[in-house]
Amino acid sequence: MRGALVASVAATALLVGMAAGQGRTAGVRAEPGSDLPTRLVPHTLSPKSFPCSKCHRHLKPNSEKRALELAHTNVTLKHAETQRWCLDCHEGDKLRLPNGELVEYEKSFVLCGQCHGTVFRDWKAGLHGKRTGAWNGDRYYRLCVSCHDAHEPRYRPIQPKPAPVKPANLR
Amino acid sequence: MLSVFRAAAGRVVRGDVRYYAWMVFLLALIGLAISRYVRQLDRGLITTAMRDQVSWGFYIANFTFLVGIAAAAILLVIPAYLYQFRPIREIVLFGEMVAITAVIMCALFIMVDLGQPLRVWHAWPVLGIMNFPSSLFIWDALALLGYLAINVLLVLYALWRLATGREYRLSLIFPLIVLSIPWAVSIHTITAFLYNGLPSRPFWNASILAPRFLASAFCSGPALMLIILQLIRRFSAVEVDNKALFKIAELIAYAMGVNVLLLGAEMFKEFYSGSVHMAPLEYLYFGLRGQGMLQPWIWEATAFNLIAFLIFLVPRLRERPLFLNLGAVLIVLGVYVEKGMGLVVPGFVPDTLGEIYEYWPTVSEGIIAAGIWATGALLFTLMVKFTVPIYTGQIRAERAAERGRR
Amino acid sequence: MDDTPSESGRPATVSRRAFTKGLALGLGATALPTGPAAALDWTAFFQKHFREMSEEEIRRTVERLEREARHRWRKDIRISTTRAMPGVVFGAGVDLSRCIGCRRCVYACVEENNQSRNPQVHWITVLRFRKGEKWSDLANAEKYYEPGRVPEEGFFYLPVQCQLCDNSPCVRVCPTRATWKEPDGIVVVDYNWCIGCRYCMAACPFGARRFNWAEPTIPVDEVNPDTHYLGNRPRPKGVVEKCTLCIHRVRAGRYPACVEACPVGARKFGNLLDPGSEIRYLIEHKRVFRLKEDLNTEPKFYYFFSA
Repeated sequence: MRGALVASVAATALLVGMAAGQGRTAGVRAEPGSDLPTRLVPHTLSPKSFPCSKCHRHLKPNSEKRALELAHTNVTLKHAETQRWCLDCHEGDKLRLPNGELVEYEKSFVLCGQCHGTVFRDWKAGLHGKRTGAWNGDRYYRLCVSCHDAHEPRYRPIQPKPAPVKPANLR
Repeated sequence: MLSVFRAAAGRVVRGDVRYYAWMVFLLALIGLAISRYVRQLDRGLITTAMRDQVSWGFYIANFTFLVGIAAAAILLVIPAYLYQFRPIREIVLFGEMVAITAVIMCALFIMVDLGQPLRVWHAWPVLGIMNFPSSLFIWDALALLGYLAINVLLVLYALWRLATGREYRLSLIFPLIVLSIPWAVSIHTITAFLYNGLPSRPFWNASILAPRFLASAFCSGPALMLIILQLIRRFSAVEVDNKALFKIAELIAYAMGVNVLLLGAEMFKEFYSGSVHMAPLEYLYFGLRGQGMLQPWIWEATAFNLIAFLIFLVPRLRERPLFLNLGAVLIVLGVYVEKGMGLVVPGFVPDTLGEIYEYWPTVSEGIIAAGIWATGALLFTLMVKFTVPIYTGQIRAERAAERGRR
Repeated sequence: MDDTPSESGRPATVSRRAFTKGLALGLGATALPTGPAAALDWTAFFQKHFREMSEEEIRRTVERLEREARHRWRKDIRISTTRAMPGVVFGAGVDLSRCIGCRRCVYACVEENNQSRNPQVHWITVLRFRKGEKWSDLANAEKYYEPGRVPEEGFFYLPVQCQLCDNSPCVRVCPTRATWKEPDGIVVVDYNWCIGCRYCMAACPFGARRFNWAEPTIPVDEVNPDTHYLGNRPRPKGVVEKCTLCIHRVRAGRYPACVEACPVGARKFGNLLDPGSEIRYLIEHKRVFRLKEDLNTEPKFYYFFSA
């Protein structure tokens, strides 16, 4: 039980930070009429695959800030960690906004947008983050968590592609 | 008249051992160059050292130098025709032939530089699409072509008069001569503008470039003429008055004075103001970020030019054959470096993205360039060989003698 | 030295034969296709400028070029001639706060646009600068950086490609009008009209133009068969090429390959005439700048720092 939990959480951590699929991936339509993007490329891992309630319904929420030893040991919080605790953003199987409202994991960007207003606005306009598809038609958005690990949001360095051949070596 | 030309043409293939050796030497060089050029055509310009960073090199350097040589003919035309300075008037024909040769060599250097030489007709009138008046390339092509035509006409006219044993009739060719003067200035100005009009290349984008081009052309062209005239005097029956040579040397001294002054002005502006645009000049003279392959060459060229300037400035020096020839050789070499590689390469170093690629021509480029020089030498030799018996009146004299015997 | 990779699908080299048969043959062998395609030589030689051809001539030319391409690359290559959409002028942007210098765009571009692998041709150059040092004149740019991971501490990156000048120096100097600005702002080259004089390369202030110094080579299975006449169709040696914003993609409504390849979404693209486009949003909401604005070439390639 505990092993399975750790494994699933570990899988999340691994996948978070990786960009989701490229190109014309089947998008999820956000509600019409809002200023939210029309087509979202869902995160590769669905929240349905590791519902929090599976374990947490047996546990009483503990709001005391502490080092986790039993589970989630691979989660490092480097995201305003001195002012935060898990329950600030997590409640049951949903995400919790500062006003107590709950949102689904599919719309995690709503939570991100609570603090990162400017970036959220840029993202909605297509300026922050990657878009694929048609420049004059259906544009596909990635979620914030497609590129940023919510617990450690800084973009992780990657290996660059090789430098060009120097002119003197071009024969 | 035509019979005179036929007789002259017949003599072109006759000569002494030295003449044949010279011909064989030139033809060998040309053959070698053709084989290298075929290889370049087959593989592409990858056989040169040019790359995206330095996209023009030795070929265009030679082209630029030769435009200067071509323009220099007017330094003979002006005293000859406008001031009726007789010693030079007698030899101006050879100056015009140098111009013709130089323009043809220019065309060859452009041809070998093209990536798709077979498509050159795309830049021709009627057949192709000339980007006129926008592209200076087209201006330059037209100017050089026109200059070639003017000089060919002048030479043909002179030969015709000589063949028929009559004096020049200035009234007939005077308009052409008057036209040739600004035209010669313009071919060089336009070639300078070809580089000058590119704001992406601060080294060329200096308004002093065109005057510098002219000044250096009026040194190198006449200096080459000094050498050629002495060779003609040595190997043929043509008389060349020393007065003509000294006058040319004097004119060179003035031109070199202006050339040095303009270079100094350019150096001051760049190095005193010290903006980022100084980088190419710094690369050329002092090296940049540890790289500066052209340094020894440009300093040599500068020294040559200064020494030659002093030699030609002092009448007693320039009138001694040893110093006269030394000065002429120094100027040809000095300007060849300064206005060839020293002008073209730093335009691209550092490149527009700040990269330094040290361009140095490959053997293949060297051989092809040598082949074009050999072609020029061959062409000029044949022209002189054809002209001399007409010029000296030898053929006419022989015919008169023959008629007399009959 | 004739060890051109066999993968290129290049016709057999003619150097020795050409050497013996002389200059004329060499000239012919260079500019014209050889082998079974030889019958087409003169049509190729006399091919007109793209903009001077009638619809019918374009159709026949494209057919011939497709035939030649099939022969050379052993693959069906489609050459489109899609015209510019009315009411569209393209603009591009790069967020320098986000670019991590990973060069994904460089290689995505190479694959999408059939650039020669050997000799290597890259339409995009990524420059690296040390933070705090002089950089806007590009003199201290480092192009050959090769760290294990990017972004590196203390550095930032700036990708450069065709800057979509409105007042393009390259177009101005071309002697044969082989390069021009299309109505949608893309500067294109007719590879069958370019004489290879490289004047445009001297004129370009951004090093965006690249020359095919040798016959381009591409592994056959990597050849992108979806091409445009003015864009990524296979090129011969001896002509200049450049970024066309993926003309075959953008005229079909898609994003350029570099935009889609960027892992951090630093690249932006859109129609400058559409007030609702991303590029217009970018220009109106960020402080943008363009490279070498002092040269007045009026690029439509906007750089900005979002953070």
